[in-house]
Amino acid sequence: MKAAFSNIFRLGIKELRSLWADKVLLGLIVWAFTGAIYSSAKGVSQELHNAPVAVVDEDRSPLSGHLVNALTPPHFKPPRYIDFGEMDRVLDQGIDSFVIVIPADFQRDYAAGRRPTIQVNIDATNMSQSFIGASYIRNIFASELEEYSTHRRDENISPIRMVTHVRYNPNLTGYWFGGVMETIESVNMLTIILVGAAFIREREHGTLEHLLVMPLTPLQIMMAKIWSNGLVVLIGAAIAVVGIVEGALGVPISGSIALFLCGCALYLYSAASIGIFLATLARSMPQFGLLCILTVVPLQLLSGGITPRESMPGIIQDIMLGAPITYFVRLAQGILYRGAGLEVVWKDYLAIAAIGALFSILALLRFRRSVTLTQI
Amino acid sequence: MPPIARVDSVSLRYGDVKALEDVFVEIPAEIMVGLIGPDGAGKSSLLALISGARRLQAGRIEVFGVDMKGATHRAQAQPRIAYMPQGLGRNLYPSLSAAENVDSFGKLFGLRAAERKTRIDELLAATGLADFRDRPAAKLSGGMKQKLGLCCALIHDPDLLILDEPTTGVDPLSRLQFWALIDTLRARRPGMSVVVATAYMEEAERFDWLVAMDAGRIVGTGRPEKLKGKSANLEEAFINLLPEAKRKGHRTLVIPPGPKDGTGWAIEAEGLTMRFGEFTAVDHVDLSIRAGEIFGFLGSNGCGKTTTMKMLTGLLQPTEGRARLFGREVDAMNPESRRQVGYMSQSFSLYGELTVFQNLDLHARLFNLPRDRIKGRVSALMARFGLEACADLSASALPLGMRQRLSLAVAVVHEPRLLILDEPTSGVDPVARDSFWQQLATLSREQRVTIFISTHFMNEAERCDRISLMHAGKVLASDTPAALRAAQGANSLEEAFISYLKKGGADRLPQAAMPAAPRAAGKSASSFSISRLLGIAYRESLELRRDPVRLSFALIGSVLLMFVLGYGISMDVEHLRFAVLDRDHSPESRAYVRHIAGSRYFVERRPITDAKSLEVRMSAGELAIAIEIPPGFGRDLRIGRHPEIGVWIDGALPYRGEMALGYIRGINSQYVGDMIIERKGNIPPPVEISLRYRYNQDFRSIYAMVPAVIPLLLVFIPSILMALGVVREKELGSIVNLYVTPVTRLEFLLGKQLPYVAVSMMGYVALVLQAVFAFGVPVKGSLAALTFGTLLYVMATTGLGLLISTFTRTQTAAIFGTAIATMLPAVQFSGLTTPVSSLDGAAYWAGQFFPASHYLVLSRGVFTKALDFSDLTAQFAALAAFIPVLTALSVSLLRKQET
Repeated sequence: MKAAFSNIFRLGIKELRSLWADKVLLGLIVWAFTGAIYSSAKGVSQELHNAPVAVVDEDRSPLSGHLVNALTPPHFKPPRYIDFGEMDRVLDQGIDSFVIVIPADFQRDYAAGRRPTIQVNIDATNMSQSFIGASYIRNIFASELEEYSTHRRDENISPIRMVTHVRYNPNLTGYWFGGVMETIESVNMLTIILVGAAFIREREHGTLEHLLVMPLTPLQIMMAKIWSNGLVVLIGAAIAVVGIVEGALGVPISGSIALFLCGCALYLYSAASIGIFLATLARSMPQFGLLCILTVVPLQLLSGGITPRESMPGIIQDIMLGAPITYFVRLAQGILYRGAGLEVVWKDYLAIAAIGALFSILALLRFRRSVTLTQI
Repeated sequence: MPPIARVDSVSLRYGDVKALEDVFVEIPAEIMVGLIGPDGAGKSSLLALISGARRLQAGRIEVFGVDMKGATHRAQAQPRIAYMPQGLGRNLYPSLSAAENVDSFGKLFGLRAAERKTRIDELLAATGLADFRDRPAAKLSGGMKQKLGLCCALIHDPDLLILDEPTTGVDPLSRLQFWALIDTLRARRPGMSVVVATAYMEEAERFDWLVAMDAGRIVGTGRPEKLKGKSANLEEAFINLLPEAKRKGHRTLVIPPGPKDGTGWAIEAEGLTMRFGEFTAVDHVDLSIRAGEIFGFLGSNGCGKTTTMKMLTGLLQPTEGRARLFGREVDAMNPESRRQVGYMSQSFSLYGELTVFQNLDLHARLFNLPRDRIKGRVSALMARFGLEACADLSASALPLGMRQRLSLAVAVVHEPRLLILDEPTSGVDPVARDSFWQQLATLSREQRVTIFISTHFMNEAERCDRISLMHAGKVLASDTPAALRAAQGANSLEEAFISYLKKGGADRLPQAAMPAAPRAAGKSASSFSISRLLGIAYRESLELRRDPVRLSFALIGSVLLMFVLGYGISMDVEHLRFAVLDRDHSPESRAYVRHIAGSRYFVERRPITDAKSLEVRMSAGELAIAIEIPPGFGRDLRIGRHPEIGVWIDGALPYRGEMALGYIRGINSQYVGDMIIERKGNIPPPVEISLRYRYNQDFRSIYAMVPAVIPLLLVFIPSILMALGVVREKELGSIVNLYVTPVTRLEFLLGKQLPYVAVSMMGYVALVLQAVFAFGVPVKGSLAALTFGTLLYVMATTGLGLLISTFTRTQTAAIFGTAIATMLPAVQFSGLTTPVSSLDGAAYWAGQFFPASHYLVLSRGVFTKALDFSDLTAQFAALAAFIPVLTALSVSLLRKQET
């Protein structure tokens, strides 16, 4: 037993030395945990932000100008004025997401109580902006008109007042969310590719065969790969959460980072097992590359980190229950944003460990066979 | 006659290592010239420089009077040169058949189809490969691979044939056949010059003129008789040419006699059989090897020696039969049984990135040597195998002979009782081989280690106590070398061996004479040739077709992903879980809750009991929205006191939070509006704001997402397919064909790209059919415009993969780099969920400079906005601009010579 642990330790150290020798790979890992996270968190926001608006103002009255000027950053880009004829083009090309048409004589008709119509054309192919943006425009115009006619803002006339509190992220700042999700994606992609490719490389270079004539078991070889590559990724994840998300991005973390990193370590085991399993399926590096893409892409996109799980069809939700990343995303959100403790997330821990165990058993079953497959 | 090649003060360094130092030599034309010398002498480097495969660093080389430095000059000489690099079949394409390999080389030299066909038939017949023309190169034996390599080299009828150790690792019979073939060729084409590097001194004796090299310098040139001088043979003469310091360590090897009998059996194998599918690699082999014996294993390439050895180590499970080591059954599953065996595989299989010391130390620890003994053991081994000087060098930096010594040191680190060595001296020079055998002798005679060794060198076989001859999976004979010689009445073991093989049915000396070849046409090296480009494309597509797994992964995989992603990525926010903390329990409060629960966006959960449980249930992520209705809500509402409702929203997912906020406000104002109408009658608002959702009136994700998933899939899959295109050739060695043939970089890259563009377009067709028929998302605009745009797009995305492939060195880095370079920009910066125009800073520019963002507009535009060619000129222009830029970058990063 002691010998087994010492073997796993030794082989893992070897693995770290190999990784250290590949400076290009190291550079890519560093980028994945720093620059990639920062640029994606800062640059992309799913809330209404900088939405491009164009206005066809056929009235050119003080009132129409007043309405248009009410559409301000950060939600909207400063509106552009265009001609009516250009409307189709800008929407077709996706240049503007909203085109507002204010009819001629709008101010006069409004004053005369003739109920003029403002038309808001929305590019409904931009799912994330169109609905939220439309309701913003409607609310902004309604209160501007109210203010224009009564010269006061009065929200108290409603018989029921609604006081909304947004918890965990009061201003619904997008990058609070994006930073952590991007970290999870980097962890996922790196672990699967690193561990799987390391396995195939040893197989192609014949060193794996060499290990198999020594008093080592496939389990020891696998565990060595998992702990060493996992350690590198775990350090990367810690740097990403503490240095980038909390440090550079200034996101307040409400829960325990240590608890999150424990979950991360568990997840690494699970993802690494998937990586090795994929490597035992592929006969060559090109096949492994394709398999990786075919696995990593749906894992990333359907984890619940890009779009909410509730929105997915039931069947997809059920399939994704078999993927450890679903639980990892859930526990990360729970711990880091909502400050959840172990008593809340233990089930996710358990699920990740169980799926990891399943894949490592599958990989183990195919281990020897896959070594002979490449040799023929 | 002028020399065929003139090498003038040429030096070459690899980093700090000097490979060639101020070499000057004039190689005579129209004869057979041999290069001899120990490992690391610089033979291969010199040949690579002459052929133009490696970049010249210092000095001057002229071939056919042409300066090999400039690319344009080189292009004049290269069509007249053929170069066969070191390694069995290293420049062949393993999945292509013999005939296809030769054909693809013909295309590289611009030969016409009819011409190619006659040449291929002639060459394959002359080399005895005609029966194997449809067999993949990977499945040919080593000797056949070398003959095939020769066919490929000769297809364009070169004036200078450069062969780098063509017979290393080839069995004696095949070697004999190979040289017979060369002789026939030269008889037919007396004008052809041949330059050969070899490790076999007995081969070198047959050459017309020799160049002896050592440590990057030339130590002697001339006819073999001249070099031999007074020495008995060339091997001895060569050793005498070496500097004093190197000669000192060498002495004639004498191995004391081995044990006679009665010491027990180390290996006993009975009826050992291994089948791979239909093919029987090892057919009922019996072996019995005495403890302490040196037992040699000889046989033609691919006869099953390696497979037999692997079965004995437990790496392979025999299909039939049994093997015992020291009386115990071989058990692959029992690691403990491996402690008594040391194994050295045919190819170098230590960790190249670790140092000599680290490799030894690692293996000592993995064999669980006691901690206090490891240090002593490792330093003793380093002293014994002469590795002390290079203890801190990485293993990959060692010359071949040193590496083999390190491998042997590693194999004996745990003091095994049995060593299984699979061609340990292949490619190792005579001096290094002798010192290797010295070590073996010591191990065997002094430490009583049993040695089971396979080799192609007859003088090594002579040193064994007993040998077995194997052919086509069967053992033909086993006895002492002397007895085997006597049994065949042969003078040498080599003769005996060949005679056994011929009896075993291995006699396939080529019978067909080599017809006089017509001077091949198409020799002028034009700067750009469509036919060469198509030749590369044809070869690449053949290789792709031979890997149906990859092809089906690519096609079925993308269809499968489309299903999952098309349905799965949904921006519709529905089924938001909410619960109510109702402190009022009045009819009004219940009506209000019913109203919210009636919305299709919300799903009601069991009521919240108190503030504490609201806290807990939200932090567990169970609730997206919590609503608190204060006491007295109903009463306040009735008397018009504006009661206040508290709403808590989970903001952990900002997008979902934003949508939830919008929904709940909308529902509230609707409820309030209804109340006002009920009380006061209908008062129309002063301004009508009419919202017109265009292109997607139902506001369903699928119409927005399916056209957006297509761009994702058409960047991920084509780029990863392409990304290994060049780097794999770099790792496997066939890239050398780019270096030494007239193919230009542009032809090479575009030719490689073409098949992948075609595969990607097939994928596109499948995806569109799926979108229309499976998802019911119609193509409203011009299908022709979409197809044209897609063609531009996949040319750009494969171009991206190609670019990554040209500058990475390993396949791992290429896969990794492609994943990083495509995943983030495609998912985040291309407008999949957030339009590019709303991105900030670097993300915005990343989106602009990534083809997916432009194609996404195009795809969505044609699918949902009914756009036509004229609406999409900006997108076409942007996509088209990527193609020349990416190609130019790839061309500039790809080397036409090894550096």
